[in-house]
Amino acid sequence: MAERRSFLLGAAAVVLLPFDSARATPEALADLIREVTGGKELRVGRVKLDVPPLIENGNTVPLTVSVESPMTDADYVKTIHVLNEKNPQPHVFSASLTPRNGRAQVGTRIKLADTQKVVAIAETSRGEFWTASAEVIVTIAACIEDVN
Amino acid sequence: MANALINAPKTARRGDTIEIKALILHPMETGFRPGTNGTIIPRNIIEKFSARWNGEEIFAMSFSPAIAANPFVSFFTVARESGRVDFLWTGDQDFRVTESVIITVT
Amino acid sequence: MKRPGFGLTLVLVFAASFAAAQGGGDKRRTGYQDMSAALQQMADDETSNPGLLFVKAGEVLWKQPAGKANKACADCHGAVDTSMKGVAARYPAIPKDADKPVDLEGRINLCRTGQQQAEALKPESEDLLALDAYVTHASRSLPIAPPADPRLARVRELGKALFTRREGQLNLSCANCHDDNAGKKLAGATIPQGHPTAYPVYRSEWQTLGSLKRRLRNCVIGMRAEAYAYDSAEYLALEVYLMDRAKGLKIESPGIRP
Repeated sequence: MAERRSFLLGAAAVVLLPFDSARATPEALADLIREVTGGKELRVGRVKLDVPPLIENGNTVPLTVSVESPMTDADYVKTIHVLNEKNPQPHVFSASLTPRNGRAQVGTRIKLADTQKVVAIAETSRGEFWTASAEVIVTIAACIEDVN
Repeated sequence: MANALINAPKTARRGDTIEIKALILHPMETGFRPGTNGTIIPRNIIEKFSARWNGEEIFAMSFSPAIAANPFVSFFTVARESGRVDFLWTGDQDFRVTESVIITVT
Repeated sequence: MKRPGFGLTLVLVFAASFAAAQGGGDKRRTGYQDMSAALQQMADDETSNPGLLFVKAGEVLWKQPAGKANKACADCHGAVDTSMKGVAARYPAIPKDADKPVDLEGRINLCRTGQQQAEALKPESEDLLALDAYVTHASRSLPIAPPADPRLARVRELGKALFTRREGQLNLSCANCHDDNAGKKLAGATIPQGHPTAYPVYRSEWQTLGSLKRRLRNCVIGMRAEAYAYDSAEYLALEVYLMDRAKGLKIESPGIRP
């Protein structure tokens, strides 16, 4: 997915905001972050969150998380979590990895109910927590279908 | 209707890090949407996806309702030995689908 | 699966093909060109395009015997790569021994009821969309080329009349948006010219694959007019007109749209 990263890099760089304190985020997201990290320090860096800065429909938002890691027995990414700020629930997914993965990268497509912040957190085998976040603008469709 | 689609290389060199992509047909109904009669459509999602290479788990992922319909997942793994990669999706309403691919490692 | 630049190359190929389609002062644009890079990439990459789930399902159905005749599509037509190449680019058309045009889904159902002696597949059913997607996929990147059948002229005229006729509580015609105001914004969305190059299409709004008729129905409801029945002559006439209007533009099914 190297091509996608470079493709989106320019756009994503503009909106990749440093992870602020839990103060700036709604309660549920802050609670979930505390649950994920067990209250340990959460550092900005090593995690790259590729998500379009603007999407025309929040039902299908492509997203890739990649983490700088040697992925060796001594030091690897154990878990990658993606969380959000304004959906009905703050959890999006959690992926479990091992050194066998070779590269700490997961791609998927998510739903975003509204314009909001998306947060990725990586937990390493050494017990460190790294994070990145991004703002995604979800525009409203002009013509939507009635439900049947 | 056949409902899962795996994209993985058929062959790989030992030690190569290869990308595997998995798609499956599923509505991922969130449980938060009202239907035409105003009542909430019951939640119907896939909760877990996993991949095993010759029986050893190489990747697992838990989904919340915020995963898009017809879930797509891509991940990497190191090709160690030839064999079969089994994929399993499980979820609400006893959803359970398996798919597998053979990868030859040289 | 290291393929650096693969997706990007595809994007460039698509961009080049659209540029070619627009050569000579052709002002036509497809919705593909107006959507975000993220969605364009999803459409181009056949390893992640969710429409391919339906293409694969269609392949299974194509080879599966059905009906009292216990015949599969493949028993008569063989492989789609050869027998169905370009077919979706020509439909709607008037089948042999018939006097009315049918669209590709209608043609599939004629085979179902005639050759296979099976029940017709229901509009927007997974099976019909899957077969439609599989057959249409064999025409991916081919230019739309409506048949020169003179009997279609009358249907095309009816389609054009419907396209330009104001209807519904909003008193809008299709042309008010897709001819007169295409390229402008309606809320956050760019109004497309309405070329049916991507159908059957995976629409994010639907979270599934849908036919051109479903999209037309969607527009009719948006105009606050009464939707036609799926098998109506009106939708078919609109399809004939729209395919003619998009002549030469390349089939991109299964496309992606917001």
